[in-house]
Amino acid sequence: MFLQQLVNGLTLGSVYALIALGYSMVYGILELINFAHGEIYMLGAYLGIICLGFFTAIGLTAYNLPLALILTFILSIIVCAAYGFTIEKIAYKPLRNAPRLSPLISAIGMSIFLQNYVMLTQGATDKVFPHFFGAAGVQFLSVRMTYLQIFIIFISIILMIGLRLFIRKTRMGKAMRAVAQDKTMASLVGINIDTVISLTFIIGSGLAAVAGLMVAMYYGLVNYFIGYIAGIKAFTAAVLGGIGSIRGAMFGGILLGLVESLGGSYISSEYKDAYAFILLIIVLIVKPGGLFGKAELEKV
Amino acid sequence: MSDPKPHVTGLKERLYKRAKPLIVALWLSLLFFPFKGLKAALTLFVVFSLILISSKYLFGFWKISIEWFNALREKMGAPGLFSGRIPIIVRQILLLFILGLPFLFGDYFIDVAVLVGIYIILALGLNVVVGFAGLLNLGFVAFYAIGAYTYALLNTKAGISFWPALPFSVGLATVAGFLLAVPALRLKGDYLAIVTLGFGEITRLILNNWDSMTRGPNGISGIAPPVIMSLSFGKLSHYYYLVLVFVILSLFINKRVYLSRIGRAWVAIREDEIAASVMGINTTMYKLYAFAFGAFWAGLAGALFAGKMQFVSPESFTFMESVLILCMVILGGLGSIAGVILGAFILVLLPEILREVQLYRMLALGAGLVLLMIFRPQGLFGGKGVSLRS
Repeated sequence: MFLQQLVNGLTLGSVYALIALGYSMVYGILELINFAHGEIYMLGAYLGIICLGFFTAIGLTAYNLPLALILTFILSIIVCAAYGFTIEKIAYKPLRNAPRLSPLISAIGMSIFLQNYVMLTQGATDKVFPHFFGAAGVQFLSVRMTYLQIFIIFISIILMIGLRLFIRKTRMGKAMRAVAQDKTMASLVGINIDTVISLTFIIGSGLAAVAGLMVAMYYGLVNYFIGYIAGIKAFTAAVLGGIGSIRGAMFGGILLGLVESLGGSYISSEYKDAYAFILLIIVLIVKPGGLFGKAELEKV
Repeated sequence: MSDPKPHVTGLKERLYKRAKPLIVALWLSLLFFPFKGLKAALTLFVVFSLILISSKYLFGFWKISIEWFNALREKMGAPGLFSGRIPIIVRQILLLFILGLPFLFGDYFIDVAVLVGIYIILALGLNVVVGFAGLLNLGFVAFYAIGAYTYALLNTKAGISFWPALPFSVGLATVAGFLLAVPALRLKGDYLAIVTLGFGEITRLILNNWDSMTRGPNGISGIAPPVIMSLSFGKLSHYYYLVLVFVILSLFINKRVYLSRIGRAWVAIREDEIAASVMGINTTMYKLYAFAFGAFWAGLAGALFAGKMQFVSPESFTFMESVLILCMVILGGLGSIAGVILGAFILVLLPEILREVQLYRMLALGAGLVLLMIFRPQGLFGGKGVSLRS
């Protein structure tokens, strides 16, 4: 029972971690809570259904399922990245030098807009994600791991390692770190801030799209308001680990997933959604910088 | 000899400039395409191109009209939009209109007016926190819920009527505001926002899940309306006057507090916390006051809401409600009491007017928030002195 919940929590947590990475990266660079990020995740789930519906209609899923799935992933990532890019250009870029409250409110507005945009175009009812993986899995002692769970954890780990390598090793990653440290200085040494910010949104949105798709596969149901609660939880995860820190986002996400699934099974499942907030409040009060974050010094 | 048009750009650049609206429209409709199909995307493309191409001229027109408006205002000697003194005759007519509203209109109008009144009280409360003290509270609806549920429970479970229950509603909300503020105020800006949001969600989850007490999502019905000396306020027109009295009371108190030492301390904290503390203001204490004082009004509004609807359920206290109240405060102009009233009016009346296109109203609210922040972040009424710090 305990181990089983551990596996479930790990699955959920790796998805939270993927979304949290987007929050953390954006916060690290713009110091903005990108409320619309959860909606990108929701868009990813919807795009998965739309793409798969299309591929089923043209007979690709029957002909070659893995190819269809890969294409679905790629298309969702591209479209979600495009959405992330556009949202930044429309809602945040004009407010880059505005007081802190303005972009936050703009982000909330964007989030409401996207939710209702999907509701109006796709309908308010639950959408069913086609079942491909089934319940098959491996049994290990008393723990059952479905192939889907293994797939989710595997993909998440690969993406996180990839992101870490990208940020640590590449030129663009270096530029991102520089911008996160000091925007003005970075632009003085010749880094194009706009490109870096756009790239941050594109990468974050791509990760959120993957997360959305995998959750849609896992639960089988998609609705237009899943983005809000998942977004809040992922943000919690990002704060837990120390916002702005990539490593923190990963650990925070997994920790949150574990707390939720263990708390849900041992304490009360009705308050499952509340654990995230309680955890968040405790962490912020005890260690405001998060687990991996540095305490911020205020410049006068 | 200077050329009147010094920057001679290449053909490519000029072409790009001309085609830019089309490219943007194409991009947006491409994004739209997977969600609604080709036909809708094409329609959107045409609409967007028309809007974007004409926006250049529209913006020109907008600028001209604003200049014209400013000139007119200067002629009249009023320093800001509506901030000059309204002519006495207009005020008297307005007053008569407000007092006589129940006699002039049917139940539907009074119903909306009562709702506007309740939202004005709520928004005034949030305005204290966000507008005066500059602390973003995204879980304000929790205090509203506490006020409403306290009255609902006291009335249905213990049979206590409105007036004895009111101090409990208001008091409990105030205490909750205090309790939330104690840990939350160690945090700054965005963190504070997210913790208050969490508080709001936790409150809603408790109301939703504590079946034995709150009857969960079914809500509590059969709440008695207030009574004064055997005069029941169950009738809408009576309730209207009750709410009106409370609105006037809250307006008066808010105005007085804003102009007092406490109000000045809040504004000082909003403008620069470090400077304020250097000047000897106990910032933590005053922030606590702001939270509790804001929650006080939310509790009052909650009790009035429960008395009016005679029914409460967790559905009325979602995050969206918090955002809506925040919108009222921001739309009118942060920190401006007149602006808050206007904001509450607009945001309650608009959905009523736009009943036919109700589906689109949240869409419009979201887009409106983004546009407002980009084009007029200080709100419709906002003065120059208010800065949006968090």
